[in-house]
Amino acid sequence: MTWPEFWIVVLRVILTFGLLLVATLINVWAERKILADMQNRIGPKRAGPWGILQTVADGLKLFFKEAVTPRKVELGMYLLAPFLAVVPAFLIFMMVPWGKPFTIAGNEVTLQGADLNIGLLFILAMSSLAVYSVVLAGWASGSKYPLLGGVRATAQAISYEAAMGLAMVAVVMFTATQGDGGTLSLAEIVERQAGTWGDIIPALEPVLQFIPRWNVFPQIVAFIIFFIAIVAETNRAPFDLVEAEQEIVGFHTEYSGMRFAMFFLAEYVNIFSMCAIAASLFLGGWNGPTFEGAVPAIVSGILPTVWFLAKTYFLIFLFFWIRATLPRLRYDQLMQLGWKRLIPGALAWLVLSAFVISFRQFGAPWSQ
Amino acid sequence: MSDDTKTLDVWVAGTEEPELTPTDEGAQEIAIDESGRRLDEQFGRVVEDDYVFDDEAEEDERMILNMGPQHPSTHGVLRLQIELEGEIIRRTKPIIGYLHTGMEKTGEQLNFSQGGTNVTRMDYLAPFHNELAYSLAVERLLGIDVPPRAAAIRVLLSELNRCSSHLVALATNGMDIGAISMMMYGFREREQILAFFEKTTGLRMNHNFIRPGGVAADLPPGWKDDVAAIIEEFPRRLDQYDDLLENNPIWVARTKGVGVLSAEEATGYGITGPTLRSTGVDWDIRKAFPYSGIEQYEFEVPLGEHGDVYDRYRIRVEEIKQSLSIVEQVMDTIPKGDFRVDDRKVTPPPRARIDESMEALIHHFKLFTEGYKVPAGETYVAVESPRGELGCYLVSDGGANPYRMHTRAPSFANLQALPIAMADSLMADTVATIASLDPVMGDVDR
Repeated sequence: MTWPEFWIVVLRVILTFGLLLVATLINVWAERKILADMQNRIGPKRAGPWGILQTVADGLKLFFKEAVTPRKVELGMYLLAPFLAVVPAFLIFMMVPWGKPFTIAGNEVTLQGADLNIGLLFILAMSSLAVYSVVLAGWASGSKYPLLGGVRATAQAISYEAAMGLAMVAVVMFTATQGDGGTLSLAEIVERQAGTWGDIIPALEPVLQFIPRWNVFPQIVAFIIFFIAIVAETNRAPFDLVEAEQEIVGFHTEYSGMRFAMFFLAEYVNIFSMCAIAASLFLGGWNGPTFEGAVPAIVSGILPTVWFLAKTYFLIFLFFWIRATLPRLRYDQLMQLGWKRLIPGALAWLVLSAFVISFRQFGAPWSQ
Repeated sequence: MSDDTKTLDVWVAGTEEPELTPTDEGAQEIAIDESGRRLDEQFGRVVEDDYVFDDEAEEDERMILNMGPQHPSTHGVLRLQIELEGEIIRRTKPIIGYLHTGMEKTGEQLNFSQGGTNVTRMDYLAPFHNELAYSLAVERLLGIDVPPRAAAIRVLLSELNRCSSHLVALATNGMDIGAISMMMYGFREREQILAFFEKTTGLRMNHNFIRPGGVAADLPPGWKDDVAAIIEEFPRRLDQYDDLLENNPIWVARTKGVGVLSAEEATGYGITGPTLRSTGVDWDIRKAFPYSGIEQYEFEVPLGEHGDVYDRYRIRVEEIKQSLSIVEQVMDTIPKGDFRVDDRKVTPPPRARIDESMEALIHHFKLFTEGYKVPAGETYVAVESPRGELGCYLVSDGGANPYRMHTRAPSFANLQALPIAMADSLMADTVATIASLDPVMGDVDR
């Protein structure tokens, strides 16, 4: 590794990290503002213009608050759990390409924390790891309400991760037909969604040539399943049983100050990362018209990032909208939805898309 | 060790440890059930589908969870001790008294005209009903009838109060089940009613507006416009609630079949109000023992069928519609006349008369220092509050203060149903059930 390469790596990690933090700050504020608007309230408005600095103010407050440690906690695990929540949340986003790669002085710069060739597996691994933080926080608090939250988290994560993984498999399988062999790299999956569907079905070419080549169109069922699963995975309403404040108050009942803030941060970082992954897998990531030549080079260089953020925030808005609308599911209903609807649905879709893909590639079995 | 267990040559924990031979490892005490069915289950020869834990679960598999008095959804300071098996509630013990303020005893220290300020603070979501029950009891002891306009104003206010109270019930029920927007919507609509109350009585709650002998003042100018606006606005809002809740499969799944009470249980525990009617029992004080001329107005008593949270929610929505219809009829037919009884011993003289007449000044002074004497006797008057039968029991010894005042609080009786309604349900159903019983702790503890 040469020095320029090293600095590029450092720079892109810092940039990714910074983007994630800023996006999270805006997320928290946006949720409060959007929810307030949907509920005939005003929402934060004091800190900064339109209250946009509210999250910073809240963060500072929590930072300077005393972090109370109850007497009955299992101290090691209790202190470890917040970090276990934050670290995987940040690592997940490192897999997401958030802009078009470009070249500086002969070095290619990919706008993404790290382009692993096993990106999707890494994402699944990290999101599984994040569950440990909730379980450990619930257990180590030595208190009954957090314990109930931790138990709920275990069951919920197992059921919905399976559906999420299966939806991803369908996409990976489909992506393999779109280019040169299969890939698990998120950057590669995004790049294969460039352009439009064009003449894939000759009769429909006049229409299809205007429809972007996103995975969401052929894989709509996988997208729906994936979206439901990530809502459950990030413990958001209507799947927020883990921290259902009206019932069990939450797995982080015994946490205060910065330790609580870390759980809070992890939740919103996870929302952004998961929506970014959904946007990359299904909505073409940073792909979109760049108007190269028609606009200054700097604009067409930034536009992919803008498209990426727009798609991600559209999905995040859906998160908020769902939260404002839907009541919370009960524990048994959550399990039923996961095991009786989503997982069989994902499996059926997987088989169906495997059948269609092989039919398109190899023709009908009886034709050979 | 009981007769139906047989020791199979094993060491029982707690007794002296025998020297173990290698074959003794893992041996256990096995309960022998002569019926054979249970034994088969234990040996795994039969598989019970939908296996329900029975009461014989081990002591250490249960956890006692304290819910409240500081808990987001116990509606104030209700405290529940819940015996949990995993997430399943086995037993519940409501513990009350955290808001006990001795209002019934205080009532004995206040004279009859001051009593209204006391009772109005009991069920703070339905203050007019408390005042109404109290005033009706005092009037019955006095043997006076209020003028028709006063009675109509009382009906108007108490039925509007029913709407506002039910809106809070809907809002908190939505909130507890997780429909957080419902919270805001319910309170938004309630605000409209409270604004009218404030215009009429000067206060948003604890009005002391309905007093023995009538009401404190006539309705404010322009009241018809405000009430008409409420009547016009609410059906549209209630339709919106249906869109948000009724047409939402998660809401229906969370409420149907949850917190079920049977008609026998409900009548046995003395449960009244929407909770009783949700079980299909047609009992409404407004129909059974009409008060304040409410029999002149046409309205229906919505009934449920299953006695679950969903039925109670539906009944509240329907009752809001019925109350609005009563309010509309009152608005159209309200008689002209005085708003309080023309009895100098009960009603203070008009302010203008005090400046002119010595006797009026004396009357005013006596009424507000000593109060009026009420003939000895006892009485019980009940009204239909949003939560059920709200009764006022008054004993007078002929003095200016009640000898004894007791309030039959509907929330108190309804809360008795909580352990039955919650038995063997899931933790998440707790909050739904509490919210659907709609207890007001001020009413429970008094």
